[in-house]
Amino acid sequence: MGLTASSTGTGAVARGLSVQKEQPGDLIVALAGNPNVGKSTVFNALTGMHQHTGNWTGKTVSCASGICRRAENSLIFIDIPGAYSLLAVSAEEEAARDCICFGGADAVVVVCDAGCLERNLNLVLQILEVTPHVAVCVNLLDEAAKRGIHPDLSILEKRLGIPVAGTSARSGKGLDVLVRRTAEAARETYLPCCVRYPQAVEDAVNILEMPLGNLLEGKLSERWAALRLLEGDPKCLDAIASFLGWRLEAQAAIQPPLQQARKCLEDAGYTGQSFRDTLVSSIYASAEDICREAAPAVSPPRRQVTLDRLLTQRATGLPVMLLLLALVFYITIQGANYISDFLYSVLFRFGGCLSGWLSGAPWWLRGALVDGAYRTVAWIVSVMLPPMAIFFPLFTLLEDLGYLPRVAFNLDNAFRKCGACGKQSLTMCMGFGCNAAGVTGCRIIDSRRERLIAVITNAFVPCNGRFPALIAIISMFFAGTAGNMAAAGILTLIIACGVGMTFLASGFLSATVLKGVSSAMALELPPFRVPQIGKVIIRSVFDRTLFVLGRALVVAAPTGLVIWTLANVSAGDMTLLAHLTGFLDPIAALFGLDGVLLAAFILALPANEIVLPAAVMAYTASGALTGYENLASLKTLLTANGWTWVTAVCTLIFFMFHWPCSTTLLTIRKETGSVKWTLISFLLPTICGLALCFLTAGVARLF
Amino acid sequence: MSEKTLFSIPVGAVGTVGDVRLSGAMRRRLLDLGLVPGAQVTCLYAAPSGNPRAYLIRGSVIALRNRDALNVALA
Repeated sequence: MGLTASSTGTGAVARGLSVQKEQPGDLIVALAGNPNVGKSTVFNALTGMHQHTGNWTGKTVSCASGICRRAENSLIFIDIPGAYSLLAVSAEEEAARDCICFGGADAVVVVCDAGCLERNLNLVLQILEVTPHVAVCVNLLDEAAKRGIHPDLSILEKRLGIPVAGTSARSGKGLDVLVRRTAEAARETYLPCCVRYPQAVEDAVNILEMPLGNLLEGKLSERWAALRLLEGDPKCLDAIASFLGWRLEAQAAIQPPLQQARKCLEDAGYTGQSFRDTLVSSIYASAEDICREAAPAVSPPRRQVTLDRLLTQRATGLPVMLLLLALVFYITIQGANYISDFLYSVLFRFGGCLSGWLSGAPWWLRGALVDGAYRTVAWIVSVMLPPMAIFFPLFTLLEDLGYLPRVAFNLDNAFRKCGACGKQSLTMCMGFGCNAAGVTGCRIIDSRRERLIAVITNAFVPCNGRFPALIAIISMFFAGTAGNMAAAGILTLIIACGVGMTFLASGFLSATVLKGVSSAMALELPPFRVPQIGKVIIRSVFDRTLFVLGRALVVAAPTGLVIWTLANVSAGDMTLLAHLTGFLDPIAALFGLDGVLLAAFILALPANEIVLPAAVMAYTASGALTGYENLASLKTLLTANGWTWVTAVCTLIFFMFHWPCSTTLLTIRKETGSVKWTLISFLLPTICGLALCFLTAGVARLF
Repeated sequence: MSEKTLFSIPVGAVGTVGDVRLSGAMRRRLLDLGLVPGAQVTCLYAAPSGNPRAYLIRGSVIALRNRDALNVALA
């Protein structure tokens, strides 16, 4: 039950560790660093891979590896999640620690934000206690220069005693040097700078170093192991034990010196907590000292603070947020119309040709292939795909800009009152793209209880696969002549309702099965970055649009085939489809839906994109109506099949709140490691949706 | 309460950290972010509801809930 090691951080590392050298000369390099310093950007630039990047803390939640061959060096890079420190707090930080300390990499590259070196050096200095094979990559030099920060890399290199390379990974500057210096760090032996702790701590470490050296035989740094033993963090000791295969603190040979070292600390007045504080303070004192020479800190530019105040103030914060959302929807709806019309005419003309070529084939084969499989796929491509293809890059632009953490900042108060974590906003934002991704993203939330709340409620925000259907229904039944502006407004309202339901559901969970109050939270608000528009568009097309297209072909074609068959095979005096929908009709009617819709929702478990196409298939396959040219004719088709505004409202509600798709359910199962929480994630939105539909339909019947 | 904490820094003003009185994971997180005794902290702005507030800590902007900020005493 609950989150297990295999489902979260360490499981992810285990995958990272399975990296194999392709040739004997290959070097394995771990890419570490604070969150949001551009590790994934550096990784992508070096390896030509496409790890998700974006301007907020915690995008990378598991390890990825990629190979980089430049000149004579061939390096295998492992992109690991961001960490502020090796004294891990969150699951991702544990993953990062395990990868750095026990991953067996030939070198560690610590990516640093040039604009915020002091805090980044905290991690560098900690890693230097683990291994001397470290190179520092001072990234975001271009961004820092704009803020008037020009770190002196030669001083940094001299003070740290390890190779330092400056990069601006987004524009690809400095990567050649980085590769060369990384190879140096892996092959040469350096004598890096070492944090000096107060005398009593140094004495205690000295007592332990020699006996530890005998035990560890070079598997781990003695100084690092000594500090961890003295610190006595059980989670860290567990990690060391699982790496070594035996418990370090349980060895007989280590007991006398350990007691002596502890006595030494006690005599100097250290308790567990003050000892840990001293370690961090000493590291920061060293970092301050180095930075005083190499990169004096400056405050963020005035423009940034002014913009932030505008985005977060009482009077403007929430209105700006809603306006931005509505604007994104408006562009999506407006743009999608043009593409839809075009794709529709092309694809259906081709459907006609297809029918012609198959004119020699038996009617049932032609029907199943063209009217069943092909038409469903064409429907998805022309109606569902365009809004997704536009919404996703727009949203990615906001993400790249750094707006999402501001949303989390604005909404945190409400989440706190619901006993949840403000970072849940970030996972919800990811849910807009894909609920499965949103569920994986929940790893950024430290507290297990709050993480489960975020996982269970993620499906309350509609994913990319549900947006087009919402847009189509709103445009047909509610926007009327007011057009796309009104549709965008209504959609924004519906999304706001989804967010409201998320609050209610989170509060409900906090009060019942996941009882508790919200824990502490520290959320980083990164500087705004100008998004790389071209790159975003290209990546969205290749990563998302083509992916959805592929899934549409895999899922929609068979579904269309099944529905067509059901609609054309008769048992008794009715078709199979009529039997099925007739059976579901009375149940569905209770909730303001009809049997066809309910069947479509059930059939669409693998992918929400196909609900509406499947329903249309079922309506048209019975032969009453054979075609449709645009949304207006679709509305005629739906009303002919008994749709009223009540059906439309209930369908909208059920689209917003029903079971997550099968991919999301599998992800929840994997992330929580529990059938119980997966079941709750299935039931909670479904019950909410059914209850709301039941109420709406009931109230409508009264009038 | 007369004692000064991060929460008593007005928006736009600067304070110096004295003692972090939280424990466990949050204490570690704040220390790792650089909130060690002697660090300079500026309060930059607040969320629409006044909670949380954003602080400038060692060159980066970190949002802290007021309840947690009350547990970081100023020097």
